[in-house]
Amino acid sequence: MVEKVELIDVSKCIGCRGCQIACKQWNQLPAGLTTNSGTYQNPPDLQANTWTLVRFREVSEKDGGVEWLFWKDGCMHCTDATCVNLCPAGARIHLDSGAVGTDNEKCIGCQTCVVACPFGKPKYSEESNKAYKCRLCTDRIENDSSPACVKACPTGALQFGEKGKMIELAYRRARELGGDASVYGDKFFGGTHIIYVLEKKVGFYSSLPAKPKVASSVIFWKDLLKPFGAWEAGIGLASIAAASVSKQRRNIFDNDRHNKRG
Amino acid sequence: MTNHWIDFQNSDCILIMGSNPASNHPVSFKWITKAVEKGAKLICVDPRFTQSAAKSHIYAPLRSGTDIAFLGGMIKYILDHNLIQEEYVKSYTNAGFLVNPAFKLPGDNDGVFSGLTGETYDKTTWSYQTDADGKVKKDSTLQDPHCVYQLLKKQYSRYTPDIVSRITGTPKDKLLEVYKEFSKTGRPDKAGNILYAMGWTQHTVGTQNIRTMSIIQLLLGNMGIAGGGVQALRGEANVQGSTDFGLLFHILPGYLGAPLASHTSLAIYNDKRTPKTREQNSLNWWKNFPKYSASLLRAFYGTNASLDDAYAYLPKLDDGVDYSWLTLFDQMYKEKFSGFFAWGMNPAVSGANTFKVRKAMTNLDWMVNVNLFDNETGDFWRGPGMDPKKIKTEVFMLPCAFSFEKEGSITNSGRLMQWRNKAVEPPGEARPDAEIITDLYFRIKELYEKEGGPLKEALTQLTWNYGPSVMDGRLMHVDIHAVAKEINGYFLEDKIDQASKRAFKKGDPVPAFAFLQDDGSTSSGCWIYCNSYAEKGNMAARRGTKDPSGIGLYPEWAWSWPVNRRIIYNGASVDSKGVPWDAKRAVITWDGTKWVGDIPDGVGNPGSGRPPFIMKPDGVASIFGPGLADGPFPEHYEPLESPLAKNLLSDQMVNPVVKRWDKSGIGTVMDAARSADPMFPVVCTTMRVSEHWQSGVLTRWQPWLVEMQPSLFVEIDPELAREKGIKSGDQIFIKSARGQAEAVAMVTARLKPFTIDGKIVHQVALPWHFGWATSATRAYGAKDKKPELFTYGNAANRLTPNIGDANTMIPESKAFMVNIFRKGVA
Repeated sequence: MVEKVELIDVSKCIGCRGCQIACKQWNQLPAGLTTNSGTYQNPPDLQANTWTLVRFREVSEKDGGVEWLFWKDGCMHCTDATCVNLCPAGARIHLDSGAVGTDNEKCIGCQTCVVACPFGKPKYSEESNKAYKCRLCTDRIENDSSPACVKACPTGALQFGEKGKMIELAYRRARELGGDASVYGDKFFGGTHIIYVLEKKVGFYSSLPAKPKVASSVIFWKDLLKPFGAWEAGIGLASIAAASVSKQRRNIFDNDRHNKRG
Repeated sequence: MTNHWIDFQNSDCILIMGSNPASNHPVSFKWITKAVEKGAKLICVDPRFTQSAAKSHIYAPLRSGTDIAFLGGMIKYILDHNLIQEEYVKSYTNAGFLVNPAFKLPGDNDGVFSGLTGETYDKTTWSYQTDADGKVKKDSTLQDPHCVYQLLKKQYSRYTPDIVSRITGTPKDKLLEVYKEFSKTGRPDKAGNILYAMGWTQHTVGTQNIRTMSIIQLLLGNMGIAGGGVQALRGEANVQGSTDFGLLFHILPGYLGAPLASHTSLAIYNDKRTPKTREQNSLNWWKNFPKYSASLLRAFYGTNASLDDAYAYLPKLDDGVDYSWLTLFDQMYKEKFSGFFAWGMNPAVSGANTFKVRKAMTNLDWMVNVNLFDNETGDFWRGPGMDPKKIKTEVFMLPCAFSFEKEGSITNSGRLMQWRNKAVEPPGEARPDAEIITDLYFRIKELYEKEGGPLKEALTQLTWNYGPSVMDGRLMHVDIHAVAKEINGYFLEDKIDQASKRAFKKGDPVPAFAFLQDDGSTSSGCWIYCNSYAEKGNMAARRGTKDPSGIGLYPEWAWSWPVNRRIIYNGASVDSKGVPWDAKRAVITWDGTKWVGDIPDGVGNPGSGRPPFIMKPDGVASIFGPGLADGPFPEHYEPLESPLAKNLLSDQMVNPVVKRWDKSGIGTVMDAARSADPMFPVVCTTMRVSEHWQSGVLTRWQPWLVEMQPSLFVEIDPELAREKGIKSGDQIFIKSARGQAEAVAMVTARLKPFTIDGKIVHQVALPWHFGWATSATRAYGAKDKKPELFTYGNAANRLTPNIGDANTMIPESKAFMVNIFRKGVA
């Protein structure tokens, strides 16, 4: 199978959330109890049961005007994927399409991927003691179909196709948009299989770190334990993960608490 | 819509005003996005910075209910800068018609047009000057002070940017930016489009909002062309279809005006409803009215009755009596009738002033609720504030099938009739509506036959041959194709059509409405659909994807009324010599012997001199429109509830001919309304979100949707929130003169306070999809279905006033006055 990429052109996203519900439907993910906290964005973050989330952000401008940004958030599907590299149980796997698939039967709930993901995408469920994320609709793309989110998108903000073509399209679109528009993803971790065309500077899109990095503590613990075979055995990883939680990463656990309410 | 969804891609400039397609018609944005990719400018005018605004090049805020002021200013701008498409205006509109010199504009007549007597207009002066033959006098130079063009100029000379900005709250530079950009489409090779929805219709001046924009589209030559027109984005997939088939009280199927009690015979009815003209070149298509009324009567009664008898059976409206939704519920409230079918409707949530609606229902002896789900209407007797022990109403629930659970057609906003197959069986006892209606029909018929009753033939003589019948004449099941064929129509006898000399046999389908007859030899259940199921079978089921036009007409995809025309008024897309205004986007082209492209509308052979707006008696489009109840030109009036004590344009505060229940002696405390009242200082509008549909009956049971939009919320600007001590996520009360609702606060910079006549005025907005039936706080009986996820909040229509548009009686849900309080504060 040729390597494939999902292109997200945020300039064409209208915030209709067709992708978010298509993901829930195709993957049969249960809904959780939410409240309206003063934004259309709901649930507030990616969750074990929400693999695709449309983010809404209001930006006030100097002239008193306002902008409202919408973009789809989910797993970036890295080539050199930290989660695949670090998962002790083989529950994170590279697929022929280049996407990062999941084999949740094997997941041992150690949360290494949750902590290690440079984009913060996998989410842990205490209920099932497993971590979850987008699989780029493995079953659909193996049958020459597009992921459910792409299928549902009415405007063409989401496209799916051969990697080279998508990257070419992305750069062409960024040039067309001009200004601060840029392509995001193709330069990280050997190239991600989700590539964004961002209309504004990357800093406006809060779920997309400008310089995604694997937390050094994760690498430290892995290197420390690996010689003893403990890493592969998954011993004590949850506590290691907890120990390596940075201030930034704490958010994830806050959101997991939110999860439990669902 | 004059055009169709795909045609949005052909626009150079799209104005989104009174609608929010990014949220509410997301698929339309596929075509809007295509237009923008090709360089089109997108403009959004809305009280809120919406999802559509976020995608627009220009956003201009305006206070709810001031669209005529905004657009009137645009008319002035176009005329002042001479940006009209002159040849179009001169040839295809009534701009040159000379109006009765006694006609007075509001600027010279205390804010009203000449002829106001009490609460209606005597339209004598809203007429044209005529010559000895009765033909309208015209000035083709448009210079005569009494010509429509000069009157238009005079009318909107009052709508200066200064006064418009003081009324609307739109900053002057934004006004001018919008005017300038949209007016660029006055060039013959440019196309401007307008997308509106309930944000324009749900006002006391709703019809006039749309009229104002229609005038602009005519001045700019945008009507009838690809990428132009006026688009009503319908709120449901089949609202266009239901309107075509006479859902509203004032029309029969095919927009035939409903018979009045004073129309005592078919001849009188036809005479009153058939327009006449003295203009020699005008085709005056509605002259065919008697063919359509006769064919409709034949569809109802076949040959069971003569045309005259069949007409006599039809129910008639009492002259001057209004049978609109608001009046029906007012009459129910006043105990004027005792039984009620709520068929696919949830008025306890969707009706304006639902406190009154729910109270009205307690007066009923019985109610039949035909719906997919039990809802706030069927369960009104155990809703908030109701004591079931004191309510006499007996409610029957008839579960019906969803659209995917039955076969049939829908007609979308673009007039496209599409056939849909059944996907799954309906669950449990649910049945398609047609089966329920048929069952009801035969039972009622049997009762009439047994017991008699006034005008029983009206029912007993109906034809009802939609499928195989059993011994007693009842249908075993409804064949929906038989209904579709009857809508198209048949020849009921052997007939030679006089115009075409074509011979038809009894039983032949009528090929198109041009073949319908006034002598009873044809039937058609809705003349504009004649041609949809004719010689070539079920046209709506076609799925051809060829587009020889290159402009997205796709003539073999399903079928569009009338006669598969995709862009109506397309006769105006060519000049009087038959040359397209814009060759790149030609809708129709003359190939030397015939028109190719779309089905030509109205236009004769090139150079024939026939004006293309054939549905108007004079053949030209009406810039001066004397047909409406409230004026031949639109004039700005304040909503029934306004933050202002005085209309800044005139001494006339509210549309003078709207039906008022709030005046003493007419209504009750339930009908209260308050303007410029410090108790209710905040302007409010209702709105919708992507995740919920209509009154939420279908969507509030769907946990994935409820997860995304779990509760009623109110969008509040940060200044007002600060003033009221409200933060995002706080529970608040929102109150109007009629009621209150509990909601969650959404404090957002997407709303900003307006400066109206020098004073700060705040506006808030709330969606109307919520209701108590899916909430956690209600009592659930043992047999009650509980939603997987509860919703929070009640109907926004608890707040809205029961006042309607002067022409249509659609309620003014998009501009009324409220106040908000943090829970615990008030």
